[in-house]
Amino acid sequence: MSDVFFVRTEMLQQQAPPSTSVGIVGWMRENLFSGWLNSILTVVSALFIFFVAGGFLSWAVSPTWGATSLTECREILAGHEGACWGVIRDRWVQLLFGFYPSELYWRPILTFVLLAVALAPVLFAEKVPAKLVYFTAAFPFLMPWLLWGGSIWGPLAAAAGFVIGYFVYGAVVKAAGSLAGLIVGVAAALIWWLFLAPVVVDLLSGTVSIGLEAVESRKFGGMMLSITIGIVAIACSLPIGIVLALGRQSDLMILKSLCVGFIEFIRGVPLITLLFVASTLLNIFMPPGTNFDIIMRVIIMATLFASAYMAEVIRGGLAALPKGQYEGADSLGLNYWQAQRLIIMPQALKISIPGIVSTFIGLFKDTTLVSVIGLLDPLGLSNAIRADTDWNGVVWELYGFIALLFFIFCFSMSRYSMYLERKLRTDHQ
Amino acid sequence: MTTLTDPPKESFRLSMLIYDTRYRSMTIQVVALIGFMLLIGWLVNNTAQNLLDLGKEPSFSFLGEAAGYDINQRLVDYDNQNSHLRASFVGLLNTLLVAVMGCITATILGVIIGVLRLSKNWLISKLMTVYVETFRNVPVLLWIVFTMAILIETLPVPRSFKGVDVGAVVVTNRGIYVPEPLFSRSLGDIHLFGASSFRFDISLDLIAFLIALALGLFVRHKINQRAHRIQEETGIRPTTWYLSLAAVAVPVLVVLVTLGFYLGYPEFKGFNFRGGTHMRNSLIALWLALSLYTAAFIAENVRAGILAISKGQTEAAAALGLRSNRIMSLVILPQALRVIIPPLISQYLNLTKNSSLAIAVGYMDLTGTLMGITLNQTGRELETLLLGMLIYLLISLSISLVMNWYNNRVKLVER
Repeated sequence: MSDVFFVRTEMLQQQAPPSTSVGIVGWMRENLFSGWLNSILTVVSALFIFFVAGGFLSWAVSPTWGATSLTECREILAGHEGACWGVIRDRWVQLLFGFYPSELYWRPILTFVLLAVALAPVLFAEKVPAKLVYFTAAFPFLMPWLLWGGSIWGPLAAAAGFVIGYFVYGAVVKAAGSLAGLIVGVAAALIWWLFLAPVVVDLLSGTVSIGLEAVESRKFGGMMLSITIGIVAIACSLPIGIVLALGRQSDLMILKSLCVGFIEFIRGVPLITLLFVASTLLNIFMPPGTNFDIIMRVIIMATLFASAYMAEVIRGGLAALPKGQYEGADSLGLNYWQAQRLIIMPQALKISIPGIVSTFIGLFKDTTLVSVIGLLDPLGLSNAIRADTDWNGVVWELYGFIALLFFIFCFSMSRYSMYLERKLRTDHQ
Repeated sequence: MTTLTDPPKESFRLSMLIYDTRYRSMTIQVVALIGFMLLIGWLVNNTAQNLLDLGKEPSFSFLGEAAGYDINQRLVDYDNQNSHLRASFVGLLNTLLVAVMGCITATILGVIIGVLRLSKNWLISKLMTVYVETFRNVPVLLWIVFTMAILIETLPVPRSFKGVDVGAVVVTNRGIYVPEPLFSRSLGDIHLFGASSFRFDISLDLIAFLIALALGLFVRHKINQRAHRIQEETGIRPTTWYLSLAAVAVPVLVVLVTLGFYLGYPEFKGFNFRGGTHMRNSLIALWLALSLYTAAFIAENVRAGILAISKGQTEAAAALGLRSNRIMSLVILPQALRVIIPPLISQYLNLTKNSSLAIAVGYMDLTGTLMGITLNQTGRELETLLLGMLIYLLISLSISLVMNWYNNRVKLVER
């Protein structure tokens, strides 16, 4: 130790970090120019952004909002490149509602406002009164009536079927057990829908006619059509998907192979072929003389399509649950349906939320495919608008507007799913 | 003394079908099966009745009739006097063409974007986020028609190239012309499947080229093996790069020179270009849009896969002295691949299925031929749609089979 001839006795004064590693300069050195490759990338992407954004802005900022035709736009622009926003001002209502009668716009608007109310108990469970769930249950019958109009007795009769089935089930279940109750309840509802309801509806609409002005399906269009198809198909596909997923996971061989066959078939073919089936074949499959609505047919096929994907998402959730949960439910003496309802499904559905939402986003985007079979969704309408001599040749403004509409919907949905994931995460963090 | 006896044998009662769990599953299955049969029977019965009313006998004989429509983008010879079956075959090949091209470009783009999205460079990662969110949240059909509009509206018309020396690649608003490989001493073609509707030709030149390439790669592999052995024994790796290069290049060059290889450049004649390979707008729009759209999804899968690899791997690789791009390519990506492959399979399937949207830009794929014009001309909805769905189903199943086989091969073998 005698070699040590210098020992510092007091601490050095702490120095400020070099000016190149703090503040904006430090941040830029760290995040933008940390090496020659990164610097090149930064410069290239900055130039790219500059040119794209510059080109876009000089195109988009264009005083053509008031123009009533493409020729007028060209006159205003006087040879400069620029957007022709007049088409959006002229036709945005059409892109939202299609050819829905303009004096009845309040009906789709009211429907979607009520839709938000009906979804609230599902989406934001703890922030709204629990009683609201009854409105959610009634909404599926209210929605078609508001949109399509017609007599109120049809939707009411359809709803009555569920009520009748429920009460019959309640009555039989005490006497003869749950399975018998289920069978008799379903049978009662079917008898009501197939034989009694048409008679009762005829009778009631003959005596008391309460109804809204009917709107034909071919007047539906625009974003309204996309949302209607998307919402209905996803709402119907969730229960079907759960049943299919349970069927695929079950030990019952025949049920399992039926479910696997259905799921793999639907997932193996493109949606467009299913839509062709909807537009050309579905009426052939039905009893002779049936001719039901094209939107209805599309919704049926979209529901089948989405339910196969939903089933796979939920199966993923079921498979992700530890086996102990199933065994725990068994050891509590719960039967299959109790275990599913109380233990398995709440957890499995929670795990599958991101998948469910992305299935929904996918389906919502896929509703644009109906333009191929001639329905007037926003994309189909854009062709119709271009067919007008005033706007013949307008491309970017229309596509941009439609893309923006879809982006807003899909982006907010994906953000909501992230919020939900965070909210439902109960494990330790 | 007590005796042990079996519990009294229960005789079978009808109620046990519902209340005894041993029999209940059987009951449910039989009921489900009967219900399913009834449903199918009902549908078939309705269909038969409806077809009878329409006077259409279900039959596939229409496939042999002359199609009568033209297909401009095709891989095999076809004219409008060929049968509907031949047209469908051309369509099927077109579907496969755009699907394969799309999968390749989407994978390359997706991996690059996914990696760049995790880059430490703030600007790049934000730019990639914008790209991914924009493409994922807008319908693919919109991207396809949008790309088509860009190609048609912004590119120059072929006429503007009149009298201009155009070089090898010409980009016009009617499509892109690229040089076409030609052979002056060609070996000719093999004609497969004779005169049937599935006939197609394979160029013997191409086969010779591929054989030479395979030979070269095999020799290169041997050279590498030898270098590796020497390195194991002596610790010194012999320099092999020129040997490897020669092993691959020499056979290929020999084949090309013997066959008289040259490139056929596009030339302006009359009102349009002749020569070269013409990729039509519809193909390019579909290919680009599908690749860009699917790349956004693949990028997310790649990102998730990379994030799934624990940080310890990066740190260990850094401790070994690897640079950050080598860490990515040698340590992180090979491990992330195992996480990425299963979702990648479904992206490939999605891309293949989305290629059916070709109908929106007039690219004649399976949907455009069999389920499009053939359906409209013959009025055979049932047969064409069933056949088309069956073919798509087969394509999807084979993609998942191949990719699942690959997945099983690279999967980490546990315990």
